Amino acid sequence: MPQPLHYLRETASQTAGPYVHIGLAPGAAGFDIYREELGWDIAGPNAEGQRIIVEGVVIDGTGAPVKDVLLEAWQADAEGRYAHPDDPRHAEVAEDFRGWGRVITDFETGLWSFQTVKPGQVPARRPLGPAVKVRPQSAGERTDALGRGHQGPRRQAPHINLWIVARGINLGLNTRMYFADEAEANAADAVLNLVEQVHRRETLIARPAGERDGLPVWRFDIRLQGDGETVFFDI
Amino acid sequence: MTPAEYHACDRRRHPPALTPNYKTSVSRSPRFAALSLQNSLSEITGPVFGHNDIDPIDNDLIRNYAKEGEPIGERIIVHGRVLDENARPVPQTLVEIWQANAGGRYRHRKDTYLAPIDPNFGGCGRTLTDADGHYFFRTVKPGAYPWRNWVNDWRPAHIHVSVFGRAFAQRLITQMYFEGDPLIPRCPIVQTIPDPAAIDQLIAPLDMNAGVPLDCLAYRFDIVLRGRRSTMFENRLEGN
Ligand SMILES: [Fe+2]
Repeated sequence: MPQPLHYLRETASQTAGPYVHIGLAPGAAGFDIYREELGWDIAGPNAEGQRIIVEGVVIDGTGAPVKDVLLEAWQADAEGRYAHPDDPRHAEVAEDFRGWGRVITDFETGLWSFQTVKPGQVPARRPLGPAVKVRPQSAGERTDALGRGHQGPRRQAPHINLWIVARGINLGLNTRMYFADEAEANAADAVLNLVEQVHRRETLIARPAGERDGLPVWRFDIRLQGDGETVFFDI
Repeated sequence: MTPAEYHACDRRRHPPALTPNYKTSVSRSPRFAALSLQNSLSEITGPVFGHNDIDPIDNDLIRNYAKEGEPIGERIIVHGRVLDENARPVPQTLVEIWQANAGGRYRHRKDTYLAPIDPNFGGCGRTLTDADGHYFFRTVKPGAYPWRNWVNDWRPAHIHVSVFGRAFAQRLITQMYFEGDPLIPRCPIVQTIPDPAAIDQLIAPLDMNAGVPLDCLAYRFDIVLRGRRSTMFENRLEGN
């Protein structure tokens, strides 16, 4: 027998179930308990950037909308900075920009929507392979995804990270929402390019869907299964 | 701590997406394999919460919705630590719970079980872990309840638990069960987990030392999130 490795093992996931709202959005369950429910404000009024509405439905394998889903969004601000201490630029993020939101679907229609600012481009990982010397960069371009020395301005296309839980989902599903008007950045995005079947990349791209309350609306439907199944990520 | 990646998700520990005995999973499980990403800044960051976000009473389910009296049921404390796979505490992380009342009924517009609503029980709580990763709640023990799956399926008594960790990659929702409950091995949702040891890890033992004599019992529930790599060698992925 080799020596044992004394790592702890991960606590297993269990479905959020049909009553997830009680815990995470009690107002939707039908009662008022907390001073303030969390997750309603992704980008407060002081956060700069273009205000947008994101909406969609989550569709199951039979083609029906899922009406008891809860989504969480995690995104960078308009300059591509996350409000988290591991982002080297986090100190520059506006105080009322949390970058995290929680949204539930309408019990009748399955539609979900949230308001935020369009995220900027966040630094990307370095590619695999030997390091390549490139020209010196300006000071602002010299940190990589993990805050260390960086050779060039590699950036990810603007995206919102999404996490989806519901009854019948045993382990929360991770995906990303990109923007159709960022064709050039999307074409260069390392994560999108990792999707081998080119047509499946389309499942990650939100489409413009008019305006509401004077704000541009981005439509992003998520298909759990079947035709046009959304690409989900193991992160 | 130097920003670093998280260990890969331990897929042998979690339930697969498709688990036919839990029927709802059949039409809600992706058929294609998830695409594995290496962590970027998008995955190693996540929302940060502070004491301004919540109130001290939020972790006391016996009092946080009490109207004319206290809720009916067996008074319990649920406490434990949030740790990572390296046994490091996860401090200042948000833990949220929700549960049925002592009769097995949820305060939710979609729950129509015939057991009554308890006017003094909301059924949710939240708290932040301390510097050592400790958290605690006071509540009443939830009841078992029937659910529509096979004809006579019952959920064991359980508390739903949501934890953030430090990174979006650590985000977890799970359920805590109670030592000695004969419904645990019969539950199709519990049994979505293939590894018996992983099921055991969801069962909180009675912890007499943490209860309050003449007041309440206690159960202990530690939660383990994905660990973070140590950077013994500069990772070529990130270095020059
Ligand atoms: Fe439940």
